Amino acid sequence: MTPTSKYALEVIDLKKAFGGLVVTQSISLAIRPGERRLIIGPNGAGKTTLFNQVSGDMRPNSGHIKLFGTDVTQLAPYQRAHLGLSRTYQIITLFFSDTLEHNVTLGLLGLRPSRWQMWRPMSFYGDLATEARRTLDTVGLLHLAEHPVSDIAYGEKRRVELAMALAQKPRVLLLDEPLAGLSDTERSQVKSLIASIPRETTVIMIEHDMDTALDLAETVTLLNYGRVIVDGERDAVIADERTREVYLGV
Amino acid sequence: MKWIGAALLAALLLLLPSFAGDFYINLASQILIAAIFALSLNLLVGYGGMTSLGHASYLGVAAYISALLTSRYGLGHGPAAIISIAGTTAMAALFGVIALRATGLGFLMITLALSQVLWGLAYRMSGVTNGDNGVAGLTRPMPFGISLDSAASFYWFALLVTTIAFLMMAIFVSSSFGSSLKGVRDQPRRMAALGFNPWMIRWITFVYAGFWGGVSGLLYVYYNKYIHPTSLSTTSSAEALLGVIAGGSGTLGGPVVGAALVLLLKNYASAYVERWNMLLGLVFLFIVLVLPAGIVPGLGKFLRRGSR
Repeated sequence: MTPTSKYALEVIDLKKAFGGLVVTQSISLAIRPGERRLIIGPNGAGKTTLFNQVSGDMRPNSGHIKLFGTDVTQLAPYQRAHLGLSRTYQIITLFFSDTLEHNVTLGLLGLRPSRWQMWRPMSFYGDLATEARRTLDTVGLLHLAEHPVSDIAYGEKRRVELAMALAQKPRVLLLDEPLAGLSDTERSQVKSLIASIPRETTVIMIEHDMDTALDLAETVTLLNYGRVIVDGERDAVIADERTREVYLGV
Repeated sequence: MKWIGAALLAALLLLLPSFAGDFYINLASQILIAAIFALSLNLLVGYGGMTSLGHASYLGVAAYISALLTSRYGLGHGPAAIISIAGTTAMAALFGVIALRATGLGFLMITLALSQVLWGLAYRMSGVTNGDNGVAGLTRPMPFGISLDSAASFYWFALLVTTIAFLMMAIFVSSSFGSSLKGVRDQPRRMAALGFNPWMIRWITFVYAGFWGGVSGLLYVYYNKYIHPTSLSTTSSAEALLGVIAGGSGTLGGPVVGAALVLLLKNYASAYVERWNMLLGLVFLFIVLVLPAGIVPGLGKFLRRGSR
């Protein structure tokens, strides 16, 4: 049995340094199931580094990370994925020569035992393709399902990033700047997409576009120099003087 | 159209001994053996993104085990083949654990170092391997009582094994696992975040490639009835790598074409040009410059453009 916890994700006194450069001084977070948390902070505040440690791409020097009460600090990224963690990347990380459908199907395959299957092709599992196309439909890209990722526009790639993560029906979803580089139209598309993510999924998002991101968030964490500066309900954090000082610059 | 081509190729391969002389039949057998070897290396290089410069280890060790067991310990070919393949695969499992501590250049260096150790052992442990003299006076097996001593019968035997090997590796790379492998080659970080275990996927592929490398080694020693440390050398590994890259890594046809090219140059051109290595170098240079993806993908592209 996995231990139960009232938090979906807990980060406890996390520390990470690259040589002499301390990128995570001490970060503690507690995020409830179903919460929409926005993480903000100036460039170099350690936001992506925090995500990398939560997803397991980087190991912290000290501290703990718990997913639904299970300590995952020592687990590999793929083991965390099987516990319901999923993420997107700030820099688009897709399989460029493969079709959109193949990309999303890989997301589905990753959590299924059939990923070890050595004599049957992926296409044997028809439900994978059906599921992948359904997810592509929710992000409005079904008509491009047969195209390779390299053929589609930047904004569409952002949505494939999202589709790959959403297809996994994660319990905790980390979104690293899902709106970066998008046009206004695309921005509102992705915004409603994120808004429509079911409540079973806890969403933690790094985003600079405050106008859009604040509408999606319930709680906000402000990071600076690898520390939590302010943490709490959205309006309280925005009204806080330190937020203005560090981030909003007014 | 595709099926007609495949049927024609199959007929040509099957009937080759009826119209070709022994020299060409033997050359074809050698190409088949080199093709299995290149295909197995291609699992690592082309589909796994793991460039190995030590793949001759599997060919050489399988050949040596079979040679020593049949000649020195008087074992039959059946048990010797089983022990040889099992031993080689176990060695691949161990080498994989060591080499996969690194990726990229580090991986290449470790595979190179491990194969150099084996090559050195084959040279220096002359009490066991007979050193520079090699192990001679070997016999070919007689599966189901059929003698493989004639050029044609050995060719058909090699063709059968190669066909099985080709199909098995084709199924492997087009399976779900093959998709995982290609994913890990292209975006290892993303694959890990999606729930795939990149290390395990690479290691299983490494062991599978070692297994087929061992199979090609068995055929190699059956064909030559002789084994020498050079079969474990870096040159042997590099020639196969050259074939894979020239033919087109990450394709199924590429390594076969590449292996054939290297062997043809080696066996055929060397009769006319003394410095055939130079010729090989020039051909390779030409391919890299004109068809950077390799012969098979490059020609495919040309044909598609031509048909438009």
